[in-house]
This record gives sequence, structure tokens and C-alpha cells, in this order.
Amino acid sequence: MTEKANIFSRVVRFYADGFRHMTIGRTLWAIIIIKLVVIFAVLKLFFFPDILGTRYDNDADRADAVREALAAPPQP
Amino acid sequence: MNDLMTVVDWSRAQFALTAMYHWLFVPLTIGLSVIVAVMETIYFRTGNERWKALTKFWMTLFGINFAIGVATGIILEFEFGTNWSNYSWFVGDIFGAPLAIEGLLAFFMEATFVAVMFFGWNKVSRGFHLASTWLTALGVSLSALWILVANAWMQNPVGMEFDPEQMRNVMSDFRAVAFNAVSMNKFFHAVFSGWALAGIFVVGVSSWLLWRRSNVAAARSSLKIGAWFGLAGMLLTFMTGDGSAVQVARVQPMKLAAMEGLYDGSVGQDLVGFGILNTDKRPGDDAEPMHFEISIPYGLSLLANHDANSFVPGINDLINGIELTPAGDTVHTVSYAERIETGRRAQAALRAYNNAKKTGDKAAMDAAAADVARDFRYFGYGYLDNAEQAVPPVALTFYAFRVMVMLGSFLLFVLVVMAFASLLRPRALENRWVLWAGMVSLPLVWICSQAGWVVAEVGRQPWTIQDLLPVCAGISDVPASSVQTTFWMFAVIFTLLLVAEVSIMVRFIVRSSRSDIEKSNN
Repeated sequence: MTEKANIFSRVVRFYADGFRHMTIGRTLWAIIIIKLVVIFAVLKLFFFPDILGTRYDNDADRADAVREALAAPPQP
Repeated sequence: MNDLMTVVDWSRAQFALTAMYHWLFVPLTIGLSVIVAVMETIYFRTGNERWKALTKFWMTLFGINFAIGVATGIILEFEFGTNWSNYSWFVGDIFGAPLAIEGLLAFFMEATFVAVMFFGWNKVSRGFHLASTWLTALGVSLSALWILVANAWMQNPVGMEFDPEQMRNVMSDFRAVAFNAVSMNKFFHAVFSGWALAGIFVVGVSSWLLWRRSNVAAARSSLKIGAWFGLAGMLLTFMTGDGSAVQVARVQPMKLAAMEGLYDGSVGQDLVGFGILNTDKRPGDDAEPMHFEISIPYGLSLLANHDANSFVPGINDLINGIELTPAGDTVHTVSYAERIETGRRAQAALRAYNNAKKTGDKAAMDAAAADVARDFRYFGYGYLDNAEQAVPPVALTFYAFRVMVMLGSFLLFVLVVMAFASLLRPRALENRWVLWAGMVSLPLVWICSQAGWVVAEVGRQPWTIQDLLPVCAGISDVPASSVQTTFWMFAVIFTLLLVAEVSIMVRFIVRSSRSDIEKSNN
């Protein structure tokens, strides 16, 4: 248990030291966090709903919807 | 213009924009990860502190590119669900399996070892650090493998069976999907092109340092590695490109015909080295396909079939269908009229299946499913009104192919000069023209790399999945205005990310040039 705790604390310290001593990495992390927030919190939630996932309750209904769509040829 | 552009056009434009921006970051990550690993290996073997400093310098540039580029590919996956829902459902687990492997195995591998790479100096043993650097490079390439397997399947759908009940393609042979000749060629071609791009990136930055007479010894050492690594990558890119041409001739002959602007093929077909297309030319008319051309005799037959006397079909031959036997080699293709008829039969069978399902007629469902399976090979042609709709944009494919080959040849020449100069005549690297060529190569290699993807993706139009699903059938039922809005959002987000990457990189390189790279990185 102590050994496990040691490994865990060493890993945490490894990352904490790494982040603490970053120079250019701070800017990069800021960009990464802003980017992930924009991608997941803004784009995914407000602009990118999964069409089949949100309109139908189960896979059988989704398959039926796609079959209806693909069996009735659209105009190219 | 907006009124004229349909949801199909906006969805295509959005996907193209996202994919092209994504591919600005990816090849540098692929190649630079290996260059950094090579430099660290030299440090590990020699103990020379210069190589440690150089490893750290290029690792920082790798980190900037990695950080800015990471997760840009996720937006592509969002777009599958939003704009291409029919397509996403239709591909089923064929696409899901490789992308899941990519996410679970390769991404976590990169994420784990990249932390040791950046944080582990002087904290883990030199051997463990080196292993982490190589494993990061391996993880990056494994990520690329699974993405390219998924892309290759769209160009060459194999190893699956279509199930009309699920309306999905169900994987029947994982090995055929993952390790067929098309996917392997695509993977190695893309990865080696990343090596070439990263090699030229190192050469370009090193040339700039030498131009400024800054950190001369470090720049020369970097340039030597970059030039030889880039040269190896470029030669392997040409080799695998040759393999790709053979595969395209086999599974996507219409793409090859578009790449060449070839309407009427022949035995011993010439390759257009340079040409100006007649963009008014249409399949079946009498107009000349080229205003001007400089051709290489027998070149296309050699490229496509590795046989100077082989037949290469043109656009008209493919549309009309051909059957001829030149020199004992029978060439046969199914006419597009026949393919359209077969595709419409498959769709009629699918409608019959749908109707039988609604009435619960199991026997009729089975009979219809058998009919769908029989004609499924040309399923997608049923969506086309006429054969000309199956011809990709010839001019864009033709010119993109020439941009790729011409720039690739120029970059190969630059790398040969740089590689041999760095080894045999280091003083040549003081020549301003040589350094200028190295710096000019920097933007050109990205244009070359993008042109390659334009050939691959525009050349396969109108298909999202070759012969099975055209883009017009793969889209979602969403208004064009929604896609248009997100298109402009992406244009802004990705441009900001690109500006951020370039400015951070330039600032880092300029700051490093004003100090001693060997001291500041040790």
C-alpha cells in the first residue's frame, strides 16, 4: 500500500514539477484549454448535435430512417 | 452565391476546410517526432551535449505544433454526425473500429509518453527517456495508421457485407479492411510524406539560422539530420506514390483518368508532364482535351501498370465500357449506363425490402435482401442521373497532381543538394542561393502535401464511398444555413490556431537565434 502510494505521489510530483517549470508550455496549455472548451462546450453542445442520435430513440429507428432516405434517391 | 450553394456544397466545403487545416499540423507531428527521436538517439550514443540541446530545441517546436494541432481532428468526427449522418450510419463499424483503436491505443500512447518526453529530462533515466521519445513517435504513426485505414476503405471498400436490416456495412474481414494494398500504400505514402515535410522544416529553419550566421554549428548539425532524413522520406514518398498510382489504376481508374485529363486511352499511353487543359471539354464530345502538352512517351502505362505496352483507359472508355485484348491482356470494364442500371435495381430491391419490412413479410424481405446483395457492387450509381456525374472535377485533379509532382521533384532536388553538401562540402551551406532554396522550400512542402490530398479526395468525387455512396446521398437532413454558419466559425477558429502556431514558433526560433541554443537548452 505504501509502495503504491509512493508511486502515485511520485507520478503526481512528476507532473506537478513538469507543469511548474514550464516556460513556453504555459502559453500552449492556455491555448489547449481554450481550444478544448470551444470544441466541446460550444461547438459540440450548440452546433454539432448528432442528427440520428438526437432525432431517434434506438438503432432500429435510425436504420429505418437511413433506409427511407437511401431507398428514395435524392437528386444529385 | 449563397443561394446557389446547396447543403451538399457547404458540407463538402466545410469538411475540406477542416481536413486541410488538420493536415497542416499532422504531417509535421509525424515527421518531427521521428527526427527528435533520431537526435536524442545520437545524444544517447555519443553523450555529446550539443545533441541534447538540439533534441530539446526541436522538441519544443514539436510541442508547439502538437499542442496547437491536437484535437483539431475531433471536429471532423463531429461533422460526420451532423453533416454526414447517412454516410456515418452506412459505414457502420468499418469506420468505428479503426477510429476507436486510434482513440484508445495510439492517442493514450502519445499522451502518456509525450509527458515523459517533456517533463522527464533529468528525472527518468536516459534510456527510459529515449524509449519514451521513440514510443511517442510510434504512437503518432499508429494514430495515422488507423485514420488512413478508414480513409482507404472509403476509396476501396473491402472486407464487409451490407446488411439491409441494419442499413450498415458489417465488417466481415478485419485483415482485408486494415491491411489491403490500398490502405498500406496510403499509410506509408502519408507517413513518409510527413518525414519529408519535417525534414524540410528542419532544413528551412536551419537555413534561416545559417543565413543569419546564428548558432552555426548547431544549425549545420540540424541541417545534416533534416536533409538526410527528409531525403529518405522524399525518396520513400516517391516509391510509395508509385505504388499508389498502381492501386489507383486498379481500384479507381476514373481518378487516374482525371489526374491525366485522359479521355480516350490507348496502349502505350503517354504521361502528360506539363499541359494546359481544355476546361470546356466534356465526355463524349469531339473537343481536344489539351490546349498544350509536353508528354513522356509510354509514361502513364508504365506508371499505372509497370508495363510500357499496357492499356490505360480514359474517361470515355470507362463511361462507355471497354473490352479489348491488346497483347494477350484482356481489359474489360462495365459501362456506366450498366452500372447506373444495376445501382437502380439495388435501390429498387432496397425499397422492396423496406415495404416488406413494414408489412412483416419475412419471405419477401429475404428475397429483396438477396437482390440487394447481388447488385450492391454498383449501389451508388443508382443515385446518378447520367454517367457524366460520375466524373470528378478534371481540372482541379489534373493541376493538383502536377503541383504535387513538380513541387515534390523540386524539393527532392533541394534535399539532395543539402544532404550531400552537408556531408561532403559543408562550405556550400554558406552559399546564399543554397540557403535561400532551403528557406523557400518551407512553404512549398506544405503546398505539395496539401496538393496530394486534393488529388486523393477531389479525384474520388462524386463518391464518399467508392461506387457505393455519392456525396449527395451521404449528407444529413440539415439546412444549408446551419452548415454555412459552422463553416465560417471553423474558418475563424482554425485560422486563429494557425496564426497562434506560426507566431509562437517564429517567436521561439527568433529568440533562440539571439542566444546560444546549446547553452539555453542544456
